[in-house]
This record gives sequence, C-alpha cells and structure tokens, in this order.
Amino acid sequence: MTMSPLKKWLAAGFLALSAASSAQADTFVFTAIPDEDETKLVERFRGVADYLQEQLDVEVRYIPVKSYAAAVSAFRNNQVQLAWFGGLSGVQARRLVPGSEAIAQGVEDEAFETYFIANTASGVKPADSLDELGDDLAGKTFTFGSKGSTSGRLMPEFYLRDVFSKAPEDLFSRVGFSGNHTRTLRLVEAGTYQVGALNFQVWEKELENGNIDTDAVQVVWKTPSYPDYQWTIRGDVDERFGEGFKQKVTEALLSLDDPALLESFPRSGFIPASNDDYEPIRATAENIGILD
Amino acid sequence: MFAYPTVRISFLFLALAVAGVLVADIAITTANPWQDLGQFFLGVATPNFFSTEGLMTALLRTVAFAFVGVTLGSICGFLLALVYRSLPVRVFCAFIRAIHELFWALIFLQFFGFHPLTGVLAIAIPYAGIFAKVYSEILDEADPEPARLLPPGTSSLAAFLYARIPDCWVQMRTYTAYRLECGLRSSAILGFVGLPTLGFYLESSFSQGLYSDAGAMLILFYLLIATMPLWVRPKLLPFYILAAPFFLGEGLPIVWGNVERFFTEDIIPSPIRSGEGLAAFTHWFGDVMVTEALPGIWNTVVLTQIALVATGILALLAFPLISSHFGGPVRRTSGHVFLVIARSTPEYILAYILLQLWGPSMLPAVVALALHNGGIIGHLIGRQTNSLKLRPDAPKGLSRYSWELVPRVYRSFLAFLFYRWEIIMRETAILGILGIYTLGFYVDSAIQNIQFDRAMILILITALLNIGIDALGRLIRRKLALQTMPSC
Repeated sequence: MTMSPLKKWLAAGFLALSAASSAQADTFVFTAIPDEDETKLVERFRGVADYLQEQLDVEVRYIPVKSYAAAVSAFRNNQVQLAWFGGLSGVQARRLVPGSEAIAQGVEDEAFETYFIANTASGVKPADSLDELGDDLAGKTFTFGSKGSTSGRLMPEFYLRDVFSKAPEDLFSRVGFSGNHTRTLRLVEAGTYQVGALNFQVWEKELENGNIDTDAVQVVWKTPSYPDYQWTIRGDVDERFGEGFKQKVTEALLSLDDPALLESFPRSGFIPASNDDYEPIRATAENIGILD
Repeated sequence: MFAYPTVRISFLFLALAVAGVLVADIAITTANPWQDLGQFFLGVATPNFFSTEGLMTALLRTVAFAFVGVTLGSICGFLLALVYRSLPVRVFCAFIRAIHELFWALIFLQFFGFHPLTGVLAIAIPYAGIFAKVYSEILDEADPEPARLLPPGTSSLAAFLYARIPDCWVQMRTYTAYRLECGLRSSAILGFVGLPTLGFYLESSFSQGLYSDAGAMLILFYLLIATMPLWVRPKLLPFYILAAPFFLGEGLPIVWGNVERFFTEDIIPSPIRSGEGLAAFTHWFGDVMVTEALPGIWNTVVLTQIALVATGILALLAFPLISSHFGGPVRRTSGHVFLVIARSTPEYILAYILLQLWGPSMLPAVVALALHNGGIIGHLIGRQTNSLKLRPDAPKGLSRYSWELVPRVYRSFLAFLFYRWEIIMRETAILGILGIYTLGFYVDSAIQNIQFDRAMILILITALLNIGIDALGRLIRRKLALQTMPSC
C-alpha cells in the first residue's frame, strides 16, 4: 500500500505550512471593523496603508476581516497591531489587551450620532424624542447593523431599552442584524425592514452622493451624541518596531491631511484620543449586558 | 396502506413537519422579492469575470484548502477506521463530525487567526470523523473469504493489505472522490468567516448587490465541480496533493501563546474564571440555557423537521428528471443540469442568496436545504431507477411514476433521507450565522460579544443534539430494515 508516500505528502504539507507562517516577520499589520461595503473599505484602508508605510519606514499591510469580533480577535492575538475600531469594539479590544491605547479619533467621533430611519410606507413619522415614536414603532420590523456595532447596535439598543423599558424583540415584531450600515440603509430603503438604526456619517455621505431615494426612506429620530470610532494600538509595538514607534504612528495619523483619504472615512481630520474618552461606551455596554 | 411501517413513519414525519410550519416563522419580508430574484438571475446571465483581481487566486485557494483538508482528513480517518471497534474512538469520531466545518473554523480563528492552518483543520477534523465511520463500514463489509485462503502465519498487516483492502478499494476511492467534492464546497464557504476562499468574495459581492460579480463566481464554482472528472485524475493526484499546501496563501503568523490562553482562560465559564463559586456558575449556566440554548434548540429542531420533509418531497418530485423511464434525452440533460446545480451549491450559499432576496425568516433556509439535499437524493434515486427493468406493457406517465417506480425505490429513498437527517440538522444549526434564530445565531452572537465560554457551551449542545439525531436516524433505519449505502 501507499502509506509511506502518504506520510511524505503529509510532512511536505506541514513543512509548507510552517514555512509560510515564518515568511513575513516585521510587517506592521492593521485592520478595521467591517462597518461598510467592503469595496469602499479596501480602497480606503489601502490608501491608509500606503500613507503609513511612507511615514513609518516599515512595511504596512491592511487585512480585511468579515466581522467586528474578527477585528477584535486579530488585535488581541497580535496578528494586527493597530485597528480602526468603533466605540464598543475598541473598548472590548482594550479590555482584552492590557497596555493598548486609543491614540486618535476622527473630529466627528467626539460627538457621534445614530440615526433611526424608517421606510416611508411604514407610516413612521419623524419626531423630536424617541418616546413620541413609541406608538409608531410598536409591532414594526427593525434592523440593527452588525451585532458588535456601536452606532448600529449598542446605542440604539440602549435608547430603546431606556425609553420603552423593553427588549427590542418585545417592542418590534421582527429584529434583525443587517451586517453593516450600508446594508441597513438598503434594507430599510427597500422595505425589507420598516425601521433601522445606522451610523449618521454613512447616512450623510450617501445622501450627499445622491445614493438615497428620499421618497422611500427618511430619518425619524437622532440620538444624543456619544464618542465613537478611534485608532487603537497595542502597547507592545515599541518593543517590536523600535523605541518611539507608537508616537510615530500617532503623529502620522494626527497629521493625515490628504483630502481624498479623509473624505473616504468620511472625517474632516484626526485628533488625539484617550482610553478614558470611551468610558461612557463601556458603561452603556455593561448596562445592556454586552460586556460582562 | 397504513399497515406498512414505512408508510406510517412517512406520515408521522409529514404531520410533524406540518405542525412545524404552523409554529415556524415562514414569510417573505422583502417588498420586491421577485424583482430582486430577477436581478439576481440577470446577474448570473451577465456574469462579470473581471470584477475582482483576487477571483482566480480565491478559486485556487478554494481548491488548495479542499485538497489539503480532505487529504489530512482521509489519512486520519483511515487510521481511526482501523480501531473503530473501540467505543471511545467511535464516540470521539461521532463528536468531531457533529461539529460543522464553520464552527471549527470559528473556533480556530480565535487562536490561530488568519493562518492557513485554521482552514485546513476546519475541514480535516470533521472530515476525519466522517471518513473513519464510512471507511470502517466499507471495511466491515469486505468479503472475509480471501483472508481465510491465506497461508497460516501471514502477518495481520499483510492480510489486511492483500485480502481486505483490494476488496474495498473501489468503494473507498469512490467515496473519497465524493468527499473531495464536498471538500470544495466546505472550502468555499469558509470564506464567509474570512478565510481567503471563494466565499470571501461571494459574500462581499452579494451584500453589495453586485449580482454580475457574484454570478461569475457561482458559474466558476459550478464549472470547477462539474469538470472534476476531467481534472481529478488518479495519476495527477500526488501532484495536486504535493502542490496544494503551497497555494494556501500565507495568512498571518500564529502566536502560540494565544492557543494556551484560549484553552486555559477564554473557554472557562466566566464565573469560574473569576472565582465566583458554584452558585454563580449555576446561575450563569441557567441563563445560557434559558435565553440562548433552549430557543436555539427549538428553532433548530423545527427548521430541521420542515426541511427534512421538504427535502423528501423535492427528491420524489425531482428524480423523474433524470430517470430513463420518462422523457427524451433533451429533458434528461436539462434535468441533470438542474440537479447538478442544486447539489453543487452549498446550502449555506443558497440560504445566503435567498435570505438577501426574500428577507429574514425560516423560508429561505427551508428552500435552500430542500434544494441542496433534495438534489442529492433525487440524483441518487433517479440513477437507481435507471437500473430497473419494467415490463414492456408497463403503464406510462403518472401511473408509471406512482405505481411502478416510487414503490420500488421508496425504501432506499427513506434510507437516504434518514441518512441525511443528521446532515440537515448540522446545516440548520450553522445557518443561524446568517440571522435565522437557530443555534448558530446564538453561537455567532456569543463570539461577536467575545464570550467564548458561552460559544463553546452552545457548540457542545449543538454537537450533542446532532449525535442524538444521528442515533435516532440509525435506530429508525434499523427498525425499518432500511439498507444504507455510505455513498450518500
């Protein structure tokens, strides 16, 4: 029988695997939560990778991931050293990686908002406060964005629970998770879900680009503001990439001024951030049981 | 008619499924489902093969992961098959195959991350469990006569190699080739959780409504599977197997400390990890059971039962499409094309497509499971009818179908259906990742919340449920004296 060739193939396989794993040593790798259409993200973050590579003098690589948790896990497992997180994913990541730090946030992220949007055929009318919407919302179908999203899940769920003292499943007839903000917009626009909640920047940008059928979908309520997206870096990057590396990355991000790149986020610029800025997010996440 | 146990059990399952439909969440929630479906078919009709620079690479990776995973799985499975009589080995194999490839991938992603090993092991481990079971069944059925004719003093290894293996070789080869096809499907869907295979790009294109791009990927995938007899040649196999590991992509380096952390911290239930004592653990466990496990189990069982019966009905309706007792060559060829497409499309991808088009409910899942599994069973019994010889004056049309063919193939039809019961349940659980409230939904939620202790408990429960259904399926097959063929 052919046992020994089989063994050889097996050995060859493992050799190849381990060879592949040691191939690339000191590349600075970063990722981002997949909060929007992937094509946009890949374009945006390849631009960021090129920019950082120029500024930092090390090879920089962006890897796309399929879920918020995958971004957090890759950061925790030290397979990526920097990440563009949302408020919640950033808090999760920094809890799991002692020494990691929020180093920069978008100008708009200090006061971020969630928009509740509704399909016009649903009969939900815009209101100034969420409790005025109560009768309209009851029994409708509703979609969040990703399960791990701050603006697409955490904050809208917090306000729904806070105002109506009910779990979303008890308030709405159907609750879904669209996956990302663009998807939420498309699903509510198409009427698959009657109501949804999304990142206000995604709404504003799509509106500006003329990608929203405003006869089919409208904003019905805006949340109060809260801190959101930020760049978070691991604490051990100085050991690995040299003294002062973290400072260099921070400075590079804060001085990013390429208008096209900023527009792709969309942010008007980046400003310093600290872990404490996200304390309200941590408290909210604990409040609704997403964090232990 | 009710005197026949096969008829009684069929009606029992039918009644259960009807009851299931009454309580299940079955609906089309999109405003324009048919328009979307039309756009999707338009996309398939106008494929765009040049959308992603990575498409060819993704296809290559899909093949590479399938080859390495299935090869490893079959080697380990073969070794396990040799000791399959031992109870612990049987339990171990039942356990590892009860956990779906995607669940394995989600587990390995937490500590190996985006390293090729994640994808390879996600395929190899459950496949080893399946190979062990099927190889051992094939070996057990080998004719004992040749071994008795060997001279006394023949070593048991020589006896095994010269008297047992030759008798089983063809069957084992056929089955392994079939699993390679399954491996291609498994490999493709691993992309949905982020590995660099076809599913990665398929998911992106679909979620952005780029149907022409998605159509091109599906067409390439069908071509890959349909042309397998042309490019998977025994003489080329060693070449493929040697080359495959070099085409897995480099991924990101493994940090071994993560592995230890995962097993010694992450999956330890949080009350125990933080030393809160047994009472806190009981409370935690009760919470997982009541808020996640029980609703998940209920939805998984309901969906499985509906999908099982829908699969059966579709298989019975579909087998005449390829049966030589009906219609001419044109109809049969198009029937073959339909069934090949139905069974080549992984349930996960079908369900994903239908969910995008029809909106969230159990309906897309039922249709996806029925199409895929009904396609497989329809193909098998259709082929079986081709070996039946009817009298020259046998009735034609509907009477031939209902009085000549169905009764003759009904027992093997049931055997295949009960064989796939467990497979359908495994898929049902995993479809939760797409947003249907089966066990996979809660596993995915726990992982998204970085609560691996919860995720592991839920995966264990899913595995136990599968093992239970597998045992029940075997019991029913034995009670009805249904012969099973491991080629399904």
